[in-house]
Amino acid sequence: MPINPALAKEFENVVGKEQVFTEEADLQSYSYDAAVLAPVRPAIVAAPTTQEQLCKTVRLAYENGLPITVRGSGTNLSGSTIPQGNGIVILTNRVNKILEINEEDLYAVVEPGVITAQFAAAVAAKGLFYPPDPGSQSVSTLGGNIAHNAGGLRGLKYGVTKDYVMGMEVVDYRGELIKTGSRTVKYVTGYNMAALMAASEGTLGVFSNIVVKLVPPPKASKALLAEFDDVNKASETVAGIIASHVVPCTLEFLDNNCIRYVEADTKAGLPVDAAALLLIEVDGGHTQLVEEDADKVMGVCRKCGSTNIRVAQNAEEKFKIWEARRNALPALARAKPTTVLEDATVPRSQVPAMVAAVNAIAKKYNLEVGTFGHAGDGNLHPTILCDRRDKEEFARVEAAVDEIFDVALSLKGTLSGEHGIGKAKAKWMEKETNRATIEFNKNLRLALDPKMLFNAGNKFV
Amino acid sequence: MSEHTPTQLPITPELQSLAARLLKLDDLLISCMRCGFCLATCPVYGATMKEADATRGKIALLEYLSHHMTNDAEAVYDKLGRCLLCGSCQTTCPSGVRIMDIFLHARGIVRDYLGLSSTEKFIFRGLLARPGLFNALLGISAKFQGLFVKEADAALGTSKAPMFSSFIGERHFPRLASEPFHSKTPSLDEAAGSSGLRVAFFPGCVTDKIFPSVADATLKILRKHGVGVFLPDNLACCGIPALSGGDISACQTMIRHNLNLLRPGKFDYLITPCATCASTIKEYWPKVSEGFAPADQELIRSLHDKTTDITAFLTDVLKVSLPVREGGGKRVTYHDSCHLRKSLGVFSQPRAILKSLPGFEYVEMAEADRCCGSGGSFTLKHYDLSKNIGQRKRDNIAAVKPDTVAAACPACMMQLMDMLSQNGDAMKVRHVAEMYAETL
Ligand SMILES: Cc1cc2nc3c(=O)[nH]c(=O)nc-3n(C[C@H](O)[C@H](O)[C@H](O)COP(=O)(O)OP(=O)(O)OC[C@H]3O[C@@H](n4cnc5c(N)ncnc54)[C@H](O)[C@@H]3O)c2cc1C
Ligand code: SF4
Ligand code: SF4
Repeated sequence: MPINPALAKEFENVVGKEQVFTEEADLQSYSYDAAVLAPVRPAIVAAPTTQEQLCKTVRLAYENGLPITVRGSGTNLSGSTIPQGNGIVILTNRVNKILEINEEDLYAVVEPGVITAQFAAAVAAKGLFYPPDPGSQSVSTLGGNIAHNAGGLRGLKYGVTKDYVMGMEVVDYRGELIKTGSRTVKYVTGYNMAALMAASEGTLGVFSNIVVKLVPPPKASKALLAEFDDVNKASETVAGIIASHVVPCTLEFLDNNCIRYVEADTKAGLPVDAAALLLIEVDGGHTQLVEEDADKVMGVCRKCGSTNIRVAQNAEEKFKIWEARRNALPALARAKPTTVLEDATVPRSQVPAMVAAVNAIAKKYNLEVGTFGHAGDGNLHPTILCDRRDKEEFARVEAAVDEIFDVALSLKGTLSGEHGIGKAKAKWMEKETNRATIEFNKNLRLALDPKMLFNAGNKFV
Repeated sequence: MSEHTPTQLPITPELQSLAARLLKLDDLLISCMRCGFCLATCPVYGATMKEADATRGKIALLEYLSHHMTNDAEAVYDKLGRCLLCGSCQTTCPSGVRIMDIFLHARGIVRDYLGLSSTEKFIFRGLLARPGLFNALLGISAKFQGLFVKEADAALGTSKAPMFSSFIGERHFPRLASEPFHSKTPSLDEAAGSSGLRVAFFPGCVTDKIFPSVADATLKILRKHGVGVFLPDNLACCGIPALSGGDISACQTMIRHNLNLLRPGKFDYLITPCATCASTIKEYWPKVSEGFAPADQELIRSLHDKTTDITAFLTDVLKVSLPVREGGGKRVTYHDSCHLRKSLGVFSQPRAILKSLPGFEYVEMAEADRCCGSGGSFTLKHYDLSKNIGQRKRDNIAAVKPDTVAAACPACMMQLMDMLSQNGDAMKVRHVAEMYAETL
């Protein structure tokens, strides 16, 4: 729906003429994100460059009843930045300064549009460490990471984005700045709203300046790759490692289909007959400690029946070991035009059941699938390969995804470990919870967003 | 997938046929999964932070145009033009989308629909495809430029032309050479030397007309290493300006012209000091050779195998020994030309050469492989954007405080000179081949 020109002018007054887009081609380019969903063209796009402009843009949009979609880099996989046709997209990617990296008190203050990997590099340059490393870190924004509580390969030991949010300023529906959290390790003064904002998916307000926690980096690490002829044995290994009181920083899993796709694409010499691969990395403050942990892990792998174990002796070999995991998504993505990357998460012990179910469902619907994921977190990425132009096939994909969710819930798991609900999974929320939960969350939402303009149609609907 | 937002513009028969032609690219377009990873490396997006300037935006718009979800062909063409064809996105793309193929063909298809402007027709068809006329015109300009350009930065050897700023902008450009390479050395036909190798030499337009010393240095290197040179008279442009301007047929004319000149000379390699020419001949000639005679297609295929840049030829073919020199000296840093690193995978070779030079200390700059913003005709059409992208490169250069910035592409050299000169930096910009030739 075209925007009223007078209102467009008002947005121009707030952020500058160059920072408001109303042309067809520009609007079309904010109609999608990384979810496989139909695009929707917004009515207007505004790109503030400062906190003040961000507040004023929100206020103006809210006063005029425009549905608001906040967009970082638009890499989410749940459609949560696909806007409303009569709405505004507010970009945060130009509000992107690192305001402070405090080496004494181990925190940093950033604007929401800072790119994750660039931030991690700036922190590393100061000898510190920001662990959350989603696969999209080269392009995702920290605001987007918080709004989806993004996880990464290091989740098992270091936690996910929410574990690093100490506080923030949130732009509320009036365009006012709400302060929550602090720069201190301890904080009990107000409601823990920073935690509420994690995974809020743009439905409660807009994060402005954010305080994140930093930690000292590990001084040593060791990576190894273990092959298994049975998914159950891989799963027992995961449980065994945790039971032996070693917490690897990464514990990744590739199933047989996934191994085959990677091998077909890269010819790296992966064992195509293996039922599963575990890629394990331990790290810590001391080389000897890390060696001991690595030995323990190897012991568990052997005891649980790993058919082959490769240990990286140097950085080059470590790089090589990780190659299989790095290439998992590219190999799957290249195999077919459309990649439906799912995110169902189950208790760790249910990983073999989940993998078996995914493969059975794929067979039932005659679909190609490969599964990889964060075995330590029970967070799997069953990835369905298809061609979205083939309507009949895509209907089967949708049916298969529904069934995958059913199984995940029946295994006491959850719809999404890190990719979020957005539009894609909103209809499933009641099934995971109950009607009362939906109502409660909607009431909470209404209190913070009386006109329900913040990312309407997402999360709780 | 449910229904899309309907389009606002009426669908004419012409638009229908445009969409139908673009649909031929559908199998390529569909493989984009909208992950956005290309946003991380696209230099144009890096400068403007606008989605439509990023690869993902352009691909989405093309898909929408081909499916009548948008009908504003002109706007889409405009977005397509805001691209350096640097290939950074393609090296980043996890989904293996053949982005450069998409862009080149799409430019041609949309351009056909919109029609070429008369200036473009004159340049692509009248000038670049007719090397004799092109050379004569530039020869005249070279003689008179002294009258209106004045020196801007003595160390860089750039000039500015305030009188002409309305049409060249505030660009600091190196002067056209008073004597282009081809006037001094129109053609060569030497026997294979002591190396047993004979190569065809393709200097390229920018080398010929702006940096003849780079061509001289390349010849010196080849001769010193016992390589015979074949240089046919009257070579035309490699065709990339026409190709990127969407004029595929003019590009094909240039290719045919060059093929006819190259055909008779038996040679083992085709060598150029220009990264852009090398990648065009190697990667793009095969892609636009549809409809060529079988003999021409065969020659293009063999050129694909034989074409390489001078730095890779030195290290990989001649296997010149390049021991790393210690002991300091003047600081030299290296800028990776996109066409060299991303298209041809050449990046360690020029560095190895630089590290072996006596009297120099090699320093690596941050983001050495990030595009300088030149992109051939891109800089002419979008100078402000090009400058904005170039400034980031300049800042990365300045941070390592070099005496010399080396590159292996004359087009990048022009852009680097402009950026450094605009910032008043007293540094030299030199081709790796020139620096190596000096040691011989
Ligand atoms: C190939 C691929 C791999 C991925 N790998 C991972 C992974 O390993 N782990 C993982 O967790 N995710 C992953 N993702 C998903 C996605 O990248 C993350 O969710 C990321 O955090 C999104 O960041 P963004 O800046 O792109 O946010 P966007 O997609 O722009 O936005 C995401 C949500 O955040 C909201 N939002 C953005 N900024 C703000 C703000 N300032 N205030 C309030 N709300 C805001 C938006 O409204 C939207 O609801 C992957 C995606 C792709 C395509
Ligand atoms: S990186 Fe490739 S697949 Fe991803 S959005 Fe860009 S072009 Fe599409
Ligand atoms: S070729 Fe370069 S400028 Fe063009 S879209 Fe790709 S990365 Fe961007």
